[in-house]
Amino acid sequence: MAEEILPGDTVAHGTVADADQREWVTLTVNGSRQSGYVDARMTLADFLRRDLGLTGTRLGCEHGSCGACTVIVDHDKAVRSCLMLAVQAQGLAVETVESLAADGQLSPLQSAFREFHAVQCGFCTSGFLMSLTARLREGPILTREQAREALSGNICRCTGYAGMVEAVVSVSRAAEGAA
Amino acid sequence: MTSPDLARASERLVGTRMRRREDERLLTGRAQFLDDLDFAGYYEAAVLRSPHAAARIRGIDTTAASAASGVVAVYTAQDLGPILHDLPPKVTHPNLNRQTRLPIATDRVRYVGEPVAVVIADTRYLAEDAAELIDVDYEPLPAVASTGQALAAGAALVHEGSESNVAVHIVQQAGDPDTALLAAPHVVTETFVVTRGGGHSMEGRAIAARFEPATGQLTVWDATQTPHYVRQMLAVLYGMTEDEIRLIAPADIGGGFGPKAQFYGEEAIIPWIAMQLGAPVKWIEDRWENFVSATMERAQTHRVQVGFDDEGHLLVLKDVFEHDQGAYCVGLQVPTITMSTLPGPYRIPHIHSELIACYTNMVPTSSLRGAGRPQAVVAMERMMDRVAERLGLEPDEVRRRNLIQPGDFPYAVGLLFRDGSPLTYDSGDYPALLDEAARRIDIAEFRVEQARARTEGRLLGLGFGMFVEGSGLGPYEGARVRLTNGGRILVLLAASPQGQGYETVYAQLAADAIGVSIDLIEVRHGDTALVPFGQGTFASRVTATAGPAVWDACRQLRGDLAAAGASMLGVPLDEVEVTGPGVRVSWAPRRALTLREIAAVTNVGRHGMSLPDDLPVAIERTAYFKPRRAVYSSGIHAVIVEVDAETGKVAVVRSVLGHDCGTMLNPLLVEGQMLGGYAHGIGNALYEEAVYGPDGQPQAASYLDYALPTALEVDRPELFHVESPSPLNPLGVKGAGEGGLIPVPAAIANAVEDALRPFGARITQLPVTPSRVIGALRGQDGA
Repeated sequence: MAEEILPGDTVAHGTVADADQREWVTLTVNGSRQSGYVDARMTLADFLRRDLGLTGTRLGCEHGSCGACTVIVDHDKAVRSCLMLAVQAQGLAVETVESLAADGQLSPLQSAFREFHAVQCGFCTSGFLMSLTARLREGPILTREQAREALSGNICRCTGYAGMVEAVVSVSRAAEGAA
Repeated sequence: MTSPDLARASERLVGTRMRRREDERLLTGRAQFLDDLDFAGYYEAAVLRSPHAAARIRGIDTTAASAASGVVAVYTAQDLGPILHDLPPKVTHPNLNRQTRLPIATDRVRYVGEPVAVVIADTRYLAEDAAELIDVDYEPLPAVASTGQALAAGAALVHEGSESNVAVHIVQQAGDPDTALLAAPHVVTETFVVTRGGGHSMEGRAIAARFEPATGQLTVWDATQTPHYVRQMLAVLYGMTEDEIRLIAPADIGGGFGPKAQFYGEEAIIPWIAMQLGAPVKWIEDRWENFVSATMERAQTHRVQVGFDDEGHLLVLKDVFEHDQGAYCVGLQVPTITMSTLPGPYRIPHIHSELIACYTNMVPTSSLRGAGRPQAVVAMERMMDRVAERLGLEPDEVRRRNLIQPGDFPYAVGLLFRDGSPLTYDSGDYPALLDEAARRIDIAEFRVEQARARTEGRLLGLGFGMFVEGSGLGPYEGARVRLTNGGRILVLLAASPQGQGYETVYAQLAADAIGVSIDLIEVRHGDTALVPFGQGTFASRVTATAGPAVWDACRQLRGDLAAAGASMLGVPLDEVEVTGPGVRVSWAPRRALTLREIAAVTNVGRHGMSLPDDLPVAIERTAYFKPRRAVYSSGIHAVIVEVDAETGKVAVVRSVLGHDCGTMLNPLLVEGQMLGGYAHGIGNALYEEAVYGPDGQPQAASYLDYALPTALEVDRPELFHVESPSPLNPLGVKGAGEGGLIPVPAAIANAVEDALRPFGARITQLPVTPSRVIGALRGQDGA
């Protein structure tokens, strides 16, 4: 059941489906409304990457363990986009890593990742940033132990997590200091 | 202490903790990993893999799959005849029972995950749907799932027609080890088992290809560590010249760690299919495929004997070890590295190092961060602690009495390295590493705390691990540096990075070598069209090979810029300097030329105009660096653990990691390598195990079953550096990519055994999982 396409909408193109398996989906991605037919079995990750070209969301395990594909749904839920179907995002607001640097300026968390050498290959980085961004909306991360807990849902093979721990604590402490 | 060449650099960026140029695109989602690239009109591939560890293929019916929705083509071995050639092992040996892979299985499969068929379809979803419709008629056969099983009498043969499952049997000796063992006042003997683990780059393998009929050019994108090696393999397989194949390792590759330095059947097949179809084809390895088809490592069983005198001086070392080669020989680099890594930082007059590599029905093994060294260090360093225990010495003291001294270099070990040359350490300061680690740990104070903790029922233990690592291996690496027409400096590397930060560190090096501002310098890499020859990123080799090549090319380019500047400014060569934005007269800094002004004359030129004799043209330099032999990094891990005797859980209480990679070009990046390696070492020490059932079925093929360390399992260790520059390259550099990992499993196992010493419990298997700790406490040796 197609909805009306509004001016300014981006219309996604289903890529995988027999017509009878397609569903019309409308959601908000990084603040803009997106509509299109998607295959019922298409993951949210593939929808973001293939249909919307938002390739910053990456697939590391496709079974919900590594966290590389984490996006934020409805402001505060860190979600594995490999485990969520695109059709399940109907009516929801999704944020991806592409939304973090507003007006081309790195967010404090992104800047801290650079400062503390929290990135090596960077394949897992988007997922860590989104998990931490969601977590930081719940409250500050002021200790190393809190940071390690907050990071523990995602896997990085390159950095040993050390730079990320320092980065996230420094961001929260700076924000507390400024408040 | 730095090398003279570096000290001459006018504007030192080398040695500073420069933040990475790569980070911004990676942080904002704009990075371009292979699966992010847009290949217009491409098809996607899915690979059907063997569900059996050993089986005969009686037939394959692809009829239904070929007719499935969205399917373009289905390929089996029958359709791939022209490329059904052996994939040769990287490192071999005259005695090797040479059993190599084909790109795809023909009539037999020998491990779960071996490619059997390839489906090409509009999307991966449809390709996987169709792969399920392929009907393969298998006749399952008995499988071999361990080296012990492989060597047992009457074992099933992984390769029918072989006399046994032995791939190669090699013995190396220094001195007269058998006599020395008989004469030694003390001998300790033990068997250590190290199990399989994987690389687990967060990006799996990935490949895409497009053929351009108009030019005859095949372009291949490959998330590989070794673009020139893959190009060469394809050129031989396809009967093409290297110029007809352009191999691009994308600017962003999501980790490597060794498995991406090998060549696989999928890399042979996908570009071939792209040529057949006349359309781009892409294959992305998913995580399950990564578990069952990317090469693994580590599985070895060491039977070690060490003879020593009353003071703990090592007299003789004998190690006989089984190495799990997997179903085929991808290369003998790992076990031969183990053989030569064994003696480590110690003077040992008599050595016997014996390798028995076996074929098994499991994923082939090959290099993985550490590459045979962690296992050798387990054999040696576990025994050092046993020697200390026997004599009532502290673990640092028994090591101190045996270390090669700073005045002993170059030090000939008496064995051969993997390249067949005499194993000769170039430089190092092993006592400095040991003393600093011991000072930081404060062993005397720890023993007091350990005794107090025991009275409270808490089990603390201390362990050490030391290593010497051959790095910076040959044969050579290349760099090309160009003054662009727009007035910038382009540094082109043959090797491709997977997160190491080449774009940053080689810009630092180039800026120092040339003298111009780093803002004018850009580094690109991993494209065979940029640099004609190269080898790739593996074995902690790039800093010590590409580094000197970049330095050399940039120094030559600096000479060209100075000559051009002198000619254009009309002053003698010794009166110009290359600095900041370009070239200036040293005694009249306002008489200056920018790089763009120079390039306009030297590179762009004007048709028909003549140029002065002393003006260099087409300013571009290429240099290759060919190391005489490996350089030797070294390091130490000292660790305190607490063991929960109820649950068997091991917690790292304190960790000190010392490393010597010679001159550090960027300490921030070196530390990043150490920290990442350390985390991988924690995984190997305590968590990661690629379990196989006795039938050869993988039991841990997801992250639910295979425990990769998270931030809760890994805390930042204390780091320290010792800098012993190598005399073998002009920068004094050595490799840093693996040292953070290599000593960790041995040191942690030593620490756990120290914690359990009141019970006399023995830890002989890695990883040291809770069940193994509980088993050891119950007297089941290493169970």
